[in-house]
Amino acid sequence: MAKDELMNYEKALEMFEVVIGLEVHVELNTKTKMFCGCRNEFGDEPNTNVCPICIALPGALPAVNRTAVESSISIGLALGCEIAPNGRFARKNYFYPDLAKNFQTSQYDEPIAFDGELTVELPSGSVHTVQIERAHMEEDAGKLTHIGGSTGRIQGAEYSLVDYNRAGVPLVEIVTRPVYGAGAEAPELAAAYVRSIREIVKGLGVSDARMERGNVRCDANVSLRPHGQEKLGTRTETKNVNSLRSIERAVRYEIQRQAALLAKGTAIVQETRHWHEDKGATSAGRPKSDADDYRYFPEPDLVPVQPSKELIESLRAKLPEKPADRRKRVQAEWGFADLEFRDVVNADLLDQIEETVKAGAKPQAARKWWTGELARIANSQDKDVTELEISGAHVAELTQLVDAGKLNDRLAREVLTYVLNGEGSPAQIVAARGLEVVSDDGALIAAIDAALAKQPDVLDAIREGRMQAAGAVIGAVMQAMKGSADAGRVRELLIEKANAS
Amino acid sequence: MSEITPDLVRHLAGLSRILVTDEEVERFTEQLSLIVDSVAKVNEALSGLDVPATSHPIPMANVFREDIVEPSLTQEQALSGAPDSGEGRFRVAAILDEE
Amino acid sequence: MSELIRKNASELVELLKSGQVSSVELTQAHLDRSAAVDQDVHSYLHQNPETALAAAADIDRRRAAGEQLHELAGLPIAVKDNLTTTDAPTTSGSKILEGWVPPYDSTVVKKIRAAGLPILGKTNLDEFAMGSSTEFSAFGPSRNPWDLTRIPGGSGGGSSSVVASFQAPVAIGSDTGGSIRFPASVTGTVGNKPTYGAVSRYGLIALASSLDQVGPVSRNVLDSALIQDLIAGHDPHDSTSLPESLGSMADAARKLDVKGMRIGVIKELMGEGFQPGVMNRFKESIALLEQAGAEIVEVSCPNFEYAIAAYYLILPAEASSNLAKFDSVRFGLRVAPEGNPTIERVMAATREAGFGPEVKRRIILGTYALSSGSYEHFYGAALKVRTLIQRDFAAAFEKADVLISPTAPTTAFKIGEKLEDPLAMYLNDIATIPANLAGIPGMSIPIGLADEDQLPVGLQLLAPARADARLYQVGAALEKMHEDVWGKRMIDFAPELEVRG
Repeated sequence: MAKDELMNYEKALEMFEVVIGLEVHVELNTKTKMFCGCRNEFGDEPNTNVCPICIALPGALPAVNRTAVESSISIGLALGCEIAPNGRFARKNYFYPDLAKNFQTSQYDEPIAFDGELTVELPSGSVHTVQIERAHMEEDAGKLTHIGGSTGRIQGAEYSLVDYNRAGVPLVEIVTRPVYGAGAEAPELAAAYVRSIREIVKGLGVSDARMERGNVRCDANVSLRPHGQEKLGTRTETKNVNSLRSIERAVRYEIQRQAALLAKGTAIVQETRHWHEDKGATSAGRPKSDADDYRYFPEPDLVPVQPSKELIESLRAKLPEKPADRRKRVQAEWGFADLEFRDVVNADLLDQIEETVKAGAKPQAARKWWTGELARIANSQDKDVTELEISGAHVAELTQLVDAGKLNDRLAREVLTYVLNGEGSPAQIVAARGLEVVSDDGALIAAIDAALAKQPDVLDAIREGRMQAAGAVIGAVMQAMKGSADAGRVRELLIEKANAS
Repeated sequence: MSEITPDLVRHLAGLSRILVTDEEVERFTEQLSLIVDSVAKVNEALSGLDVPATSHPIPMANVFREDIVEPSLTQEQALSGAPDSGEGRFRVAAILDEE
Repeated sequence: MSELIRKNASELVELLKSGQVSSVELTQAHLDRSAAVDQDVHSYLHQNPETALAAAADIDRRRAAGEQLHELAGLPIAVKDNLTTTDAPTTSGSKILEGWVPPYDSTVVKKIRAAGLPILGKTNLDEFAMGSSTEFSAFGPSRNPWDLTRIPGGSGGGSSSVVASFQAPVAIGSDTGGSIRFPASVTGTVGNKPTYGAVSRYGLIALASSLDQVGPVSRNVLDSALIQDLIAGHDPHDSTSLPESLGSMADAARKLDVKGMRIGVIKELMGEGFQPGVMNRFKESIALLEQAGAEIVEVSCPNFEYAIAAYYLILPAEASSNLAKFDSVRFGLRVAPEGNPTIERVMAATREAGFGPEVKRRIILGTYALSSGSYEHFYGAALKVRTLIQRDFAAAFEKADVLISPTAPTTAFKIGEKLEDPLAMYLNDIATIPANLAGIPGMSIPIGLADEDQLPVGLQLLAPARADARLYQVGAALEKMHEDVWGKRMIDFAPELEVRG
């Protein structure tokens, strides 16, 4: 893959105005597919969750999943959209082996929700309101596996295998209007927007919202235009961005790539591009033409959807609090400073900390463990901290053991690794491995005496105010106690001893 | 409204994934021109009128299915008509380019 | 030939119920008839005598055991080959589906099996039901039992000829623009297209989704009523199926009274372009109705002039999308060109080889009608003309309870006569198409022979949507009036077919 020339980012922003547009597909977590009663499930044997409808056998007809419609309306309401009083499904006609009917049943000029907005807060603190053009219902395609090529990718493949288990899974596609004025923060805005969408759909309970599983997918449109020009530049659409980090990187990359081309006088090709996480770059896919003739027409096999006012209001009443409102509330409840809170949000740890606090931990302790040791461990394993196999309840228990003086920091960290290993809860591990802090002063005094025997001058040093001397004794005691002493208590006892004599 | 030309016929055949011979292109061009001329008269019926479109002959709305699992086909049944299959999946020739 | 097979289905049902005839005997008699004549008529694409007889034997056994059976149990029936059956290939008259055995039964077939009617076989049709003569079947045309050099009508020429030649007492057909009614008209039989949505389309291989309906084919109005009562009803698998029952057609057919009914004669569907012999029989029927106490009024439906044009935009457009699923991937024909063809090329080669010229023509036309830049002028405009036609019917039904016209402009033409002239072929359906566009029910009953050629003439009855019962009431009454004049049934005028030894 030839390397693209990239313009320096700051220079690109000096020369050009960035306009982005985001299309997010949300997979709904209904029990069954959009148009048939097959299971909406991952990981089953291929082509076992299929029926005449989703593998498009001749004669089969679709039937709309009521829950999917209600979930779509809820998403629309949460995004501040109008809900269409009358809308039809439409056929989007194109040929592809993962599209069993060779048309997708979707919505065209009558989306179920339209004209909404979402206010997004960036890590920097700046706030943007993204205009949402529409949210509509559609179905997912099957899965293609390419065999015979060197990389498992499409180029050079000998043949492909098709599994329709995921074909027909309900999707909601959310499309923004072009987003202006993000400037240098365009990449962060894109990621923050998708983060907010995830929070919303997860909060609604309509999607598992796991990007790594493809529950939420983002296509990022990027175009540049010289400052002051009214006409929009040619845009590219980047697909295959599977994480929030990738979204940021991909948008940033496209800005730099397009700027370099435009500066040289080369026109941007309107195309679909693919993001390559390993290379940190986009590559050209199929040339995209807006004249892609999908020959949309109203789906004759399905009748219009006309949500009643009663239904809409009952769904509106069930909306959870907006992410922005929730964040304000929990920040106030937890008493975090703005910077502390922003760290938590940017690390996607709101849910984890909330769970931990609910389980009885002090907010600051929860924050300390999640953004500290757990983040460090995740990083060392090349994982996202949210992927670690530990519950908020476990973390809470850990902090409570520390508060109670049963564990010190060092021991707590040790216990943590055992919890992550699947050995059980912190309390169980402490009991099984006998890891409690020694709180028996007698044992500590004995160890102090033993250490002092080897370093007799320390007591004098302490009496003279030279506290640093204490360190050596404390260290020796900790070593002798194999770390199960509480360093603070040892220090206290040592000073008592010094003052007593 | 475009005139029906051989190029258009080839383009439409391509969109519909049907290989057409030169002879078919010629024949279809002629036949479709006649047909298109005659069906274009639907616009005569509409001249001056503001008429809504009817996509569904019998008005109905809100027909839904509950989100309850129904029996699926077995893998064997699903693959029973497949010209080629392997590893429980439908097998197809290499795809030209990614969607 | 056995006298048994000449009887009306309603008589056969009585003989079965009273035990005077067994289902096996009745089924065998029809199978014997097929062995004797179907070589010449070619009604069937597929027959499996064993499964038919096994089903018949099962009913006989259960009846003997005193089990409560459906009214029609044991009556053999033929099914048009565009309805899926799990125990017989379903080809829709096309090479692209040659030999395809579906893994699921259509809803109509499920109902037939549940009621215990043995299925004698799958009948011939124009490929994908596109045509009005059955000459476009990939497996050779069916022939008109009245004159084997002539067409039996289409697309359902197999079903009409199968009952006209006494190979089955009743059959199931489908009607998109006249495919049940026109064949009935040219074979002297009864054909009915129910209100759109009255009978489930699940398992009917779709042609034009907003126009297709499944209906009964028989030699007698009451027979058709009994079958419609069996196959009609709401189906949750078909989102366009009517939620409510339309009542008993058999009860309506037994009324035999037209006193006080207003019969509207459609001005635009007679006169010029209509064969004189057809018009003569039609006028005689009007006179009979008047004598029986009906009030005859003239109605005008000026937008019918555009009906064919609208139809030949809507049908190809929907068909082009419905037929996209025939792509060599999951079922049906696969043709792989030489070398290392891509899936695109395999699809294109398969569809080239598997589809006949009429199908290709309509797919290309339909693709054009939907393509961007053309939509408003073609498909979009046709949908608006449909509104105008519905309005014409609404106005006409203010003045009349039932509308009548000749079913077709001509009697049966010779095989091959209209093959090279698609436009001439399309004109066969000039009278039948409006009902499909509007979704209203229509029936054709035989009203005599044309003077010119002694071939059957049909009269079409039309009623408002959901008022199917009126068709059966007026149709049965008119049928009886004619039979009283003739002293026998229409079908009894048919020449004897040569019986193969």
